[in-house]
Amino acid sequence: MFDQLSDKLEGVFSGLRQRGVLTEPMIREGLREIRRVLLEADVNFQVTRDFMKRVEEKALGERVLKAVSPGQQLVKIVHEELTSMLGERRSPLALAPIPPTVIMMVGLQGSGKTTTAGKIARKMKREMRQTRMVACDVYRPAAVEQLQTLGEQVGVPVYAEPGSQDVVGIARRALELAQSERDRVVIFDTAGRLQIDEQLMDELKRLKEVLKPAEILFVADGMIGQESVNVAKGFDDALDITGVVLTKMDGDARGGAALSIYGVTGKPIKFLGVGEKLDGLEEFHPERMAGRILQQ
Amino acid sequence: VLVKGLDEGSLEGLEEQLIGADFGVPATLRLTGVVETLAERGVARSQRDFLRAVREEIVAILSAGRSDTALRFNYEGGPTVFLIVGVNGVGKTTTIAKLAHRLTRQGRRVMIAAGDTFRAGAIEQLRRWAERVGCEFVGSEPGRDPAAVAFDALEQAREKNVDVVIVDTAGRLHTQGDLMKELEKVHRVLGKKLDGAPHETLAVLDSTTGQNAMAQIRSFGQLVPLTGIVLTKMDGTAKGGIVVALKEEFDLPVKFIGVGEKMTDLVPFEIEQFAEEVMEA
Ligand SMILES: Nc1nc2c(ncn2[C@@H]2O[C@H](COP(=O)(O)OP(=O)(O)OP(=O)(O)O)[C@@H](O)[C@H]2O)c(=O)[nH]1
Ligand SMILES: Nc1nc2c(ncn2[C@@H]2O[C@H](COP(=O)(O)OP(=O)(O)OP(=O)(O)O)[C@@H](O)[C@H]2O)c(=O)[nH]1
Ligand SMILES: [K+]
Ligand SMILES: [Mg+2]
Ligand SMILES: [Mg+2]
Repeated sequence: MFDQLSDKLEGVFSGLRQRGVLTEPMIREGLREIRRVLLEADVNFQVTRDFMKRVEEKALGERVLKAVSPGQQLVKIVHEELTSMLGERRSPLALAPIPPTVIMMVGLQGSGKTTTAGKIARKMKREMRQTRMVACDVYRPAAVEQLQTLGEQVGVPVYAEPGSQDVVGIARRALELAQSERDRVVIFDTAGRLQIDEQLMDELKRLKEVLKPAEILFVADGMIGQESVNVAKGFDDALDITGVVLTKMDGDARGGAALSIYGVTGKPIKFLGVGEKLDGLEEFHPERMAGRILQQ
Repeated sequence: VLVKGLDEGSLEGLEEQLIGADFGVPATLRLTGVVETLAERGVARSQRDFLRAVREEIVAILSAGRSDTALRFNYEGGPTVFLIVGVNGVGKTTTIAKLAHRLTRQGRRVMIAAGDTFRAGAIEQLRRWAERVGCEFVGSEPGRDPAAVAFDALEQAREKNVDVVIVDTAGRLHTQGDLMKELEKVHRVLGKKLDGAPHETLAVLDSTTGQNAMAQIRSFGQLVPLTGIVLTKMDGTAKGGIVVALKEEFDLPVKFIGVGEKMTDLVPFEIEQFAEEVMEA
C-alpha cells in the first residue's frame, strides 16, 4: 500500500536533493511534479490544490531558497504537510464510560462494513470484552447470514430478526438485550447506501438517535477515486461520523483516499483493512504512514 | 492566457472537471490538449465549444475498436457460459442476478452457479437471487474448489437443457497471486468442458474506483481473457471517467452499467449518454 505514491514522490525528491541550490523555477517544477503524483494517487483535486498551496507558500519562502540543503528542506515541508493531512496523531477506538460501547458501521455499498464489523468484534473479544454484533442490514440478500457466519468464526453472538424490516426496532431490542446481558461492546452492521439516498440516510439518523453510539465508523474502499470527498462529506454531514476505516489496503491502492478523507472531514482514520480474513485489521498511525509514503 | 480564445481559467476548469470525474492525469492531459489545439486553430472559442469538443473526443475514443454491447452467445450447440470476475465488493453477484433476470425475461433458461465458496454468506446470497429471479441455481459448500463448482454447473446445465450459465466468483484483489491462479483454473476448466466457453468473461468495475481500475483490468485481463466491462453503482455521484483511459489502453467495451441494487437496475452502456453525463457539472 502507498508504494507507488511513495516511489514516485521519492523520484521527485531525489532529483531535488541532489542540487546544491534551488531556484524558484526549479521548486515550481518540483511542486508541479508532486501535484501530478498526488492526483495520480487519487488524492482529491480540491485537497491537492489546498495542499499544494500550503507547501508552495512554505517552499517559496526564504527558508528553502536560502537553506543549506534546500532539497532536504523541501522534503521536510512536504512531510509535515502530509502528516497533518493524515491526522497528526493516532486516534484509538473510543470506549464509552458506561458500557456497552456502541459502534455503528456505515458506508457505501460493498465498502467492507460487515467484514470490518467482524474484524473489530474479533479484536474486542481478544481484548477480553464481551461483544455482540447486530444485523441491521435488512435489505441485501443474505446479509444476516453473512454476519452470522462471521460471528461464528470469531465466537461472538449475533442478534438478528430475520424477515423483519424494522431496522430501528431491531436496534432498540438489541440494545436492551446487550444492556441486560452486560455486554461491553455492541457493533451494529448497517446496509450499504449512497450518501445521496435521503430515505436511507434518514434511517441512519434515526438509528443514531436510538443508539447514541460512541463510534460511528465510516467504512470506505481504499481504492476509491475522486468521489472519496463527496461521499465522506455526505456521511459526515448527516451523521457526524467519529472515525474512518479504509479497507482493501492489502492490494496496490495508492492511498489517495486516506489523504483526502481526513482533509475534508477532519475525522481520524482509525483502522486499515488489510485482508479478507478477520485478522486483517491494522491500527492507523498517521505519522508512520507519512514516513512510509516518503520512504523515511 | 495560454492560447488565443482560451484563458487559463477555463482550461483549469476543464482539467478540474476531468480529474474530478476520475479520467486520470494522462487522459485529462490528452483531452485538454485536444481543446487547446482547437482553440489555437480558432475552431473552438467558448466554454461551450470546449465542452462539446471534449464530449466528441470521448465518444470517438469509446466508439473506436471494440464497442459492441451485445452479449456473445454460443451458436455451436450446448449452453452459453458467462464468467464474472472482479475485485471485492464491486457488485459481481448482484450483476449476475441482473443479467439472469434480463436473459430470463428474454425467454432464455438461465442457471447461476455459486463459484464464490469463500466469502461468508456468498452462496446464500446467490441462492436468494436465484429464487427472486426464478432461475436455476447450482449451489456449493463453503471452501469447495470453485473450479469444481464450475464443472458441476456445466454438467447440470446440459442435463437441465439450460441456455445460459453464469458463474459467480469470489472477489479477489488483482495482487493476490494464489487467488488469481485459482481464477485462471476456473476459466480453464470451463474451456475444457465446453469448447469456446466462457463466451463472455466480464470484469465488474465499481464506478467509484479511481486509478486502481487500470491495474485491476490489466491484471485480470492477463490471467483470463476479458471480453467486456460492467460498470456498477452509476446511480451514485461517481462519474466513472476511468473507462475512457481503460478503453484506450485495453480496448474492452463497457457492456452494461449498474444503476441500483434491484435486479432491474442494469442497462446497456450508451456511449453518447455517458459522454453527456460524465461532463455534467
Ligand atoms: N482484500 C480485502 N477485502 C476486503 C477487505 N474488507 C472487506 N473485503 C471484502 O470486500 C467485500 C465486501 O465486503 P463486505 O464486508 O461485504 O462489505 P459491506 O460494506 O458490508 O457490503 P454491503 O453490505 O453490500 O454494503 C467482501 O468480498 C470482503 O471480503 C479488506 O480489507 N481487504
Ligand atoms: N447503488 C448500487 N449498489 C450496487 C450496484 N451493484 C451492486 N450494488 C451493491 O453493492 C454491494 C456489493 O454487491 P455484490 O454483488 O455483493 O458485490 P460482489 O462483487 O459480488 O462482492 P464480493 O463477492 O464480496 O466480492 C451490495 O450491497 C449491492 O447491493 C449498483 O449498480 N448500484
Ligand atoms: K453517476
Ligand atoms: Mg454488509
Ligand atoms: Mg459476490
